[in-house]
Amino acid sequence: MKPRRWKIELWVLNFIALSYLALVLVVPMANVFYQAFKDGMEGFWLTFSNEDFRSAAKLTITVAAIAVPLNTVFGLCAAWVLARHRFPGKAIVLSILDLPFSISPVVAGLMIVLLYGRNGWFGGWLEANNVRVVFAFPGIALASAFVSLPFVAREVIPVLEELGKDQEEAARTLGANSWQTFWRVIVPSIKWGLLYGVLLTNARAIGEFGAVSVVSGNIAGDTQTLPLFVETAYKEYQTQAAYSASVALALLAIVTLVAKNILASATKSGEKH
Amino acid sequence: MTLSAHDYGKSRSPIALLLQLIGKVSIPAVVALAIISVMLFLPTVAVFQKALTENWSDIWRIATDSVAVSAYEVTFVTALGAACINGLFGTLLAWVLVRHDFPLKRVVDALIDIPFALPTAVAGLTLSTVYSPNGWIGAFFPDAKISFSRLGVGIAMIFISLPFVVRTVQPILMDLEKDIEEAATCLGANRWQVFFRVIFPTILPAILTGVALGFSRAVGEYGSTVIIASNLPYEDLIAPVLIIQRLEQYDYTGATVIGTVLLLFSLVSLIGINFLQVWGKRYEA
Repeated sequence: MKPRRWKIELWVLNFIALSYLALVLVVPMANVFYQAFKDGMEGFWLTFSNEDFRSAAKLTITVAAIAVPLNTVFGLCAAWVLARHRFPGKAIVLSILDLPFSISPVVAGLMIVLLYGRNGWFGGWLEANNVRVVFAFPGIALASAFVSLPFVAREVIPVLEELGKDQEEAARTLGANSWQTFWRVIVPSIKWGLLYGVLLTNARAIGEFGAVSVVSGNIAGDTQTLPLFVETAYKEYQTQAAYSASVALALLAIVTLVAKNILASATKSGEKH
Repeated sequence: MTLSAHDYGKSRSPIALLLQLIGKVSIPAVVALAIISVMLFLPTVAVFQKALTENWSDIWRIATDSVAVSAYEVTFVTALGAACINGLFGTLLAWVLVRHDFPLKRVVDALIDIPFALPTAVAGLTLSTVYSPNGWIGAFFPDAKISFSRLGVGIAMIFISLPFVVRTVQPILMDLEKDIEEAATCLGANRWQVFFRVIFPTILPAILTGVALGFSRAVGEYGSTVIIASNLPYEDLIAPVLIIQRLEQYDYTGATVIGTVLLLFSLVSLIGINFLQVWGKRYEA
């Protein structure tokens, strides 16, 4: 039996914690949907026939379609190398892997300009070969891939470490080649972690703002991604368009989180069997 | 002699050696190394190389001009404040989520991750509306200018760094055996003593790790802060926005020098967070 005073204190703590969450997070989140739908569905749907919106959505999806597979392949390779091998400088590689998380996205964009911009390291060569990276699609894809680079590796490394290499070695002893070992032994064991990593990569690649705004040039209908469309529309007092696009992006975040929670319970029930 | 040299060359030619080396190194290692070099290492070197094309006195002058110094002050002090507020309330939230039961607890728990998944432009947009004088929350504080001021920057930084402390403290609290607390209570400790002598020392490394992660994230934040700020120098101009302004004026050197300051900060904070995590595991086998 807990004393009565104890119970009141519990209530107070709950109240303070949840009020904080409401002020900082829940109210602003609810506001996204309220602002988008407050003038009815018509205004909301109107945005989706806006040419600039459509082209921004198309660009954003294309960028994700490039960044996500690239980072998935990289993440699997890096996770396997880092979880299965010991080599000098491993701690440094692990730290530098986290750089895209810790660095300002603006600096990430700056890096791309300094490498591929007109006066950058490869600028002369690119110009001679008529390839535009900065203020064009390749730059946006590079920036999105950079900021979402570590997610898959970060999710898969702990799973691989916990798994140990016994099963892999057993498969090899029984005559499986590397490819068979990968698809039949490793992938089935890491699938939930891998899937979550892919989801996070996708959410970040689609939502990236800072790095993309440095390298894109923000030309409506050409190099404007959805997050850039949101900011531009807001600045031009097209509040309805800004919030309609925000709803699309917020739904993406919610789907990602719901999937995360489903994956987490799938992993837990997998552990029980 | 010539014959043996010929034989030697045949069996150990550089190409054969190279092929042997590639045979030893696996394909995943090659892919991982190539992408880390091209995507992470090369760009980092490019920033330092560009900054160092200037001489030291110029670098110092650009890095410490008064607009830049005030931008660092706004960025670092506001971010530290936001991270510390989250240190306090994040710990409380983690505590409530682990130890208390209330309706919709799973939904609340899932909501914590929203700042990780929501595009920052959307966060900036809705925060600046909600905290503006006509907004849902701003209307309650008619005398305080929140949106389009440094206070707004702080709110945006609090938003984007909210999940870090909760998510670092939560697992430690879950692992904390209730037995230890009960033992302390049986030995005559009151609840404050149990908290400050038993629980707090155990979760302190996790709190500090979360605060450091949040601080580092808030310093670099651009999307939400640029939208909620008025971006006036000496008032609420943050360092990442200053970099963008310099780039828009084609001042690549200025942008790079300030970018280098932020990059150095990120590298130092990565090392610091590594140490905090090692310290947090000091009691583990």
